[in-house]
Amino acid sequence: MKRLLSLLMAVLIVMSVCGCHYQHLSDDEDTEQQTLTIDNPDFYQKFKGKGISINVYNWGEYISDGSDGLLDVNTEFTNLTGINVNYSTYANNEELYAKLKGGGADYDIIIPSDYMIARMIKEGMVQKLNFENIPNYQYIMDSFKGKLYDPKNEYSVPYTWGTVGIIYDNSAIDVPPEEIDWDILWDEKYRDSILMFDNPRDAFAIAEKLLGYSMNTEDPKELKNAAEKLKEQKHLVQSYVMDEVFDKMGAGEAVLAPYYAGDAVTLMDEYDHLSFAIPKSGTNLFFDAICIPTGARQKEAAELYINFMCEPDVAYATTSYIGYSTPNGAAYEMLDDEVKEDGISYLDDEFLDDKTEVFANMSDEANLMMQNLWTDMKSTQEDSGNKWLVPLFLLACVLLSVAIIIKRYLKNKKDIF
Amino acid sequence: MNKKLISSPYIVWTIVFIVVPLAMVAYFAFTDGDGNFTLDYISEVAQYSNIFVRSIWLAAIATVICLVISYPVAFILSTMKKRHQSTMLMIVMLPMWMNFLLRTYAWMTLLGNNGIINSFLHLFGLGPYKMLNTQGAVVLGMVYNYIPYMILPLYSVMVKIDKRLLEAAQDLGCNSKKVLLKVVLPLSLPGVTSGITMVFVPAISTFIISRMLGGGGNLLIGDLIEMQFLGNSYNPNLGAGISLVLMVIVLLIMTIMNQFDSDDQDRVLI
Amino acid sequence: MKKVSKIYMALVLMFLYVPIFVLIVYSFNTTKSRTVFSGFTFDWYVRLFQNELILTSLRNTLIISVCAAVISTILGTAAAIGINNMKKIPKMIVMNINNIPIINPEIVTGVSLMLLFVFFSARMKFSFGFATLLIAHITFDVPYVVLNVMPKFRQMNPNLYEAAQDLGCNSVQAFFKVVLPEIMPGIVSGFLMSFTFSLDDFIISYFTSGPTSQTLPITIYSMTRRKVSPEINALSTIIFVVVVAVLIVKNIVENRSIKEEAK
Repeated sequence: MKRLLSLLMAVLIVMSVCGCHYQHLSDDEDTEQQTLTIDNPDFYQKFKGKGISINVYNWGEYISDGSDGLLDVNTEFTNLTGINVNYSTYANNEELYAKLKGGGADYDIIIPSDYMIARMIKEGMVQKLNFENIPNYQYIMDSFKGKLYDPKNEYSVPYTWGTVGIIYDNSAIDVPPEEIDWDILWDEKYRDSILMFDNPRDAFAIAEKLLGYSMNTEDPKELKNAAEKLKEQKHLVQSYVMDEVFDKMGAGEAVLAPYYAGDAVTLMDEYDHLSFAIPKSGTNLFFDAICIPTGARQKEAAELYINFMCEPDVAYATTSYIGYSTPNGAAYEMLDDEVKEDGISYLDDEFLDDKTEVFANMSDEANLMMQNLWTDMKSTQEDSGNKWLVPLFLLACVLLSVAIIIKRYLKNKKDIF
Repeated sequence: MNKKLISSPYIVWTIVFIVVPLAMVAYFAFTDGDGNFTLDYISEVAQYSNIFVRSIWLAAIATVICLVISYPVAFILSTMKKRHQSTMLMIVMLPMWMNFLLRTYAWMTLLGNNGIINSFLHLFGLGPYKMLNTQGAVVLGMVYNYIPYMILPLYSVMVKIDKRLLEAAQDLGCNSKKVLLKVVLPLSLPGVTSGITMVFVPAISTFIISRMLGGGGNLLIGDLIEMQFLGNSYNPNLGAGISLVLMVIVLLIMTIMNQFDSDDQDRVLI
Repeated sequence: MKKVSKIYMALVLMFLYVPIFVLIVYSFNTTKSRTVFSGFTFDWYVRLFQNELILTSLRNTLIISVCAAVISTILGTAAAIGINNMKKIPKMIVMNINNIPIINPEIVTGVSLMLLFVFFSARMKFSFGFATLLIAHITFDVPYVVLNVMPKFRQMNPNLYEAAQDLGCNSVQAFFKVVLPEIMPGIVSGFLMSFTFSLDDFIISYFTSGPTSQTLPITIYSMTRRKVSPEINALSTIIFVVVVAVLIVKNIVENRSIKEEAK
């Protein structure tokens, strides 16, 4: 049997020998390396040499990490300020909330979305910022200030914004993009090729939009109907995902996925077969903003980090790498016209005003109800496909009882002797 | 006397980090957010009985498949020459050294609609078959990840069986089937029972495998618990309640399995 | 019969090794795709050693595993000595508590420790990080050490210790010169087991780690939730090769010593 192992080794060796025509990964070559210019570098020197570090908790794939010739934001920050960054990620707002609410989690920077910011403010989980330490707040466009989630601009600095739409495989979908609407996610034709949001708020919003309700409805009956709608969809859904869409849509595993516009831009850059459509009946408009949780240990260093994130060069790297739209005016100016006019990242004001809705924080009861309905929806069993469970289970039971009989038989024998 | 004292650091450790945390799970399960006694959360667990049933079923199927596959493996291993045995055992155990998330991820690559298996079948004009995001895939993931826990105890019991017994049985007129049924099987029962518990317990409480291979629509108990603590629906009291029920189920299964076990041996799992 | 069993073993091994083979092959892929092999490259190996995140978590994992294994081995061996000298009933109670982390589903152990840490973090001003992770790892490691060391006492001749004392050793000397060598194999296997379990643990770490103590399995988990970078495949290939090498060397050494004994 050693042969199998040696075969494995042999294959590897052969492969490494073949490696004579050694190829380089393409994405290093053609793009120019972005360099960072900062107007007042002295501002960032306060903590130099003190060996402190901050803990940043961000969405997955939500910062420029140095690929594509753009800035490696965290490394640049450390080089500039001498502050170390411990970077970790979460998949959705609810996960962030759970991690913080539990306590004991020691983060200095978090980036929740609108409704979650409102909820965290209400529950005292984030603290007021000292804007004297964030002079770059001036770059944030006025239209992103004073939003409902933080009306007095005390707790948050906008990081990105965007809309939710449908990423689709244009070889499999024959509907023209302007005709696409949410009901395509309920179309039997695409059974097992549909991906769906794996978080209650975004998933419910789609069902509520389809049913003609507000995305912020707290009416128990409407919530229940939305949950029913999601249950109806369940047998069509291949899997419930968040950032797994990158992998699954990219590899052609699925053909339809509702997701955030910014990620769609990233995906479309990489794969030609993918397109993005914003459903004609309207969609959700979201803002993600940087906050500092209550009890953060390095508040001032964290504010420095926020300020750094608002540096035009850094904000430009961020928006270019993650694909989400930027609220930073200076960074927006640096973008190519091509990006500004692609009809995905930056939409005209008319559409944004008429057809989009921003999530608001719901009451505790409504939140709890939505959670329960969501768990219930996810746990209901489709009836097909598990008929084989029962016979196999029976077989197991039979095997077990055979074992018992043998055991008893042996024991009796022993007792006789 | 001082010899007993030397274990006191660990005894204190077990109390603080094993007994007290479990007591806290129980405390959370029976109180609400303000610390008042309540049975709400325990009764709410009943609402998720379909998840429990599914978890138990899938784990049971995975355990049975593990047993069926492992038994011959362990038997073949135990009858090999001593020198080859350790090498072979090493080869069987080697996959365990790769991170289990990565191994599961590799199965995603294999099973996908455009995955390696479907591409391979496509060469023969077959498929594509839907394999990923099904309960079958979840069972496969469980079997793949936990099969060493079945092979190991089976092997360690079988290797101790005196091979002369088998010869004696043959001399006394048993054919090989009868030898297997009447000698090997009864003697290997302790290995079977500990193998079953060692596969069943992690299988029933897994939360990654179902998410990665099952598509998120086939929640298992582990997912449900994780959701209450770090996932989509934050509710540690309910999570504690579910954990408590899971613990009780596992204990029940262990006691049932202990019934089959040889009576007076010190029971040691590994 | 022989042939049938060989084919059977080959099939089982194939089942066990196919995913690993896939992991290894795709560590040499030129693109990030997991389904199409488009060309051969070593670039992911080069990139691996530049990837801060992976290297930091690898370092964290090694530190945690070594610390947890060393502390557990000391704690567990001491505990085993004490437990061995206990009367039957206290012994039974302690052993049953000892077995709890082994029997209990990992997720319950993780959750229970998390609840404990949350409860005390609010009151004692500490946060999730290296310390909580280390405590959690030690908690699930020690039981294995105890279980590995205890049987060695049973196999040992109980008169040895007294004999050593009669011959002029004090109790400390007697322990280090006589008892310790006897139980050494148990201690070593306990240590190795702890180290391996700590190295690979995901579930309990997931519930007890903090922002500053991301271990490799946790990093891999957050990667599997987006796109797994082939750098991780490269890392697993390296780990795999190292393990294979270690085990082959171990096997050769063992075989040689068997042969020498035979001479």
